[in-house]
Amino acid sequence: MAGFRQSVEATIPALRRYARALTRDSDTADDLVQDTLVRALRSEHLFHGGDVRSWLYTILTNLNRNRLRSLARRPLLSPIEDNDAPDMAGPEAGGRDIERALATLVEDQRTALLLVVLEGLSYREVAEIQGVPIGTVMSRLARARVQIKAYLDGERPTLRRVK
Amino acid sequence: MNNHDSPVTVDELHAYIDGELPSDRQGAVSDWLAAHPQDAELVAAWRSQAEAIRARYSAVADEPVPQRLQLERLLQNGRRSRWTWRVAAAAAAIVAFVAGGGAGWVARGASAVAPTSFDVFTADALEAYKLYVVEVRHPVEVGGDERAHMKQWLSKRVGYPLSVPELQSIGLKLVGGRLLPGPTGEAAAFYMYEGPSGERFTVYCARSHSPQTALRYRDGAHAAAFFWVEDNVAYVVSGPADRDRLRKVTKAVWEQIDGRKS
Repeated sequence: MAGFRQSVEATIPALRRYARALTRDSDTADDLVQDTLVRALRSEHLFHGGDVRSWLYTILTNLNRNRLRSLARRPLLSPIEDNDAPDMAGPEAGGRDIERALATLVEDQRTALLLVVLEGLSYREVAEIQGVPIGTVMSRLARARVQIKAYLDGERPTLRRVK
Repeated sequence: MNNHDSPVTVDELHAYIDGELPSDRQGAVSDWLAAHPQDAELVAAWRSQAEAIRARYSAVADEPVPQRLQLERLLQNGRRSRWTWRVAAAAAAIVAFVAGGGAGWVARGASAVAPTSFDVFTADALEAYKLYVVEVRHPVEVGGDERAHMKQWLSKRVGYPLSVPELQSIGLKLVGGRLLPGPTGEAAAFYMYEGPSGERFTVYCARSHSPQTALRYRDGAHAAAFFWVEDNVAYVVSGPADRDRLRKVTKAVWEQIDGRKS
């Protein structure tokens, strides 16, 4: 029991990071994390071993999918302001760029990409979280990368960083 | 043709940057990229996407966790009771102190889709218990030496005549009482009693929508409560998680409510 809660607690910062990238809004993200934690604590008795972290990512991913479904029934107010003046300087500009690029992805692709790239999960773990075969995770990942590259190449060519 | 020589697939390029490539293919992919600049450029672009994503969001994990996401808070509250949030916000230190006490019962309470009055009243009463029972200097607003005044004042504020149980016979001295926001939006009365070794018990009374319920019990690691409703007033007797002792206290309170004793 104590071990379970410790594992949950240790995962909160990562869940916040993942949720922030998924939702691109800090309040929405923390709401999502809160709902995830409440649900996890409530279902503690259902958890019999296994990886707590993966389980929490699974809950959060599912809750986010539900959230988007219920949003889709309402008129969409996109937080992404595509027509605002591009800021050509500083790391912030690059940050907003990748944010917008992520926003153009289909949900399952965004989830797969963020779990792998930001959260450092293995393909196998992501497959379990998304409930699909590994091959599907890989094709989501591939499509996400193609889409982001196209967005960055097409829309913001001046902001591509050369290392 | 060995492993090194078979052609590299796009999947392998992804696996390569994601650290998923089997070690016996690492050399093959590096050689491939050296010989195929277009693929090398793709891989570089994917890597810089990943870097941009991490640069944008990694720092979130280093931020301090907001209070509302702290586990002990969630264990106590779920997302149900609004006033407990306010009280908890005002007393974060105390909440931290009593962390863990409510684990079992909140987990159960939170699973109800619409919390029952039992859940809401007991949760609020236990919150109040845990909040004030650790208070040394100001556990109450009106001291037990002003029993008559307290009874009059609280009855006036809650809008119905209250009785203040006398628990000397079971070794509990009245510390005093205070007014609290009740779960239905009306005021609730809250009395505190203290035993010989400093253990404290509280009685919480608030207006209820249901006229009457049976006696119910709920416990956690450090605190427990008995709950019942009579004549549209909900009562919650809270104390340390010692069921027999609490039952005795509850019985004494119950016998004195509304002149049952006489």
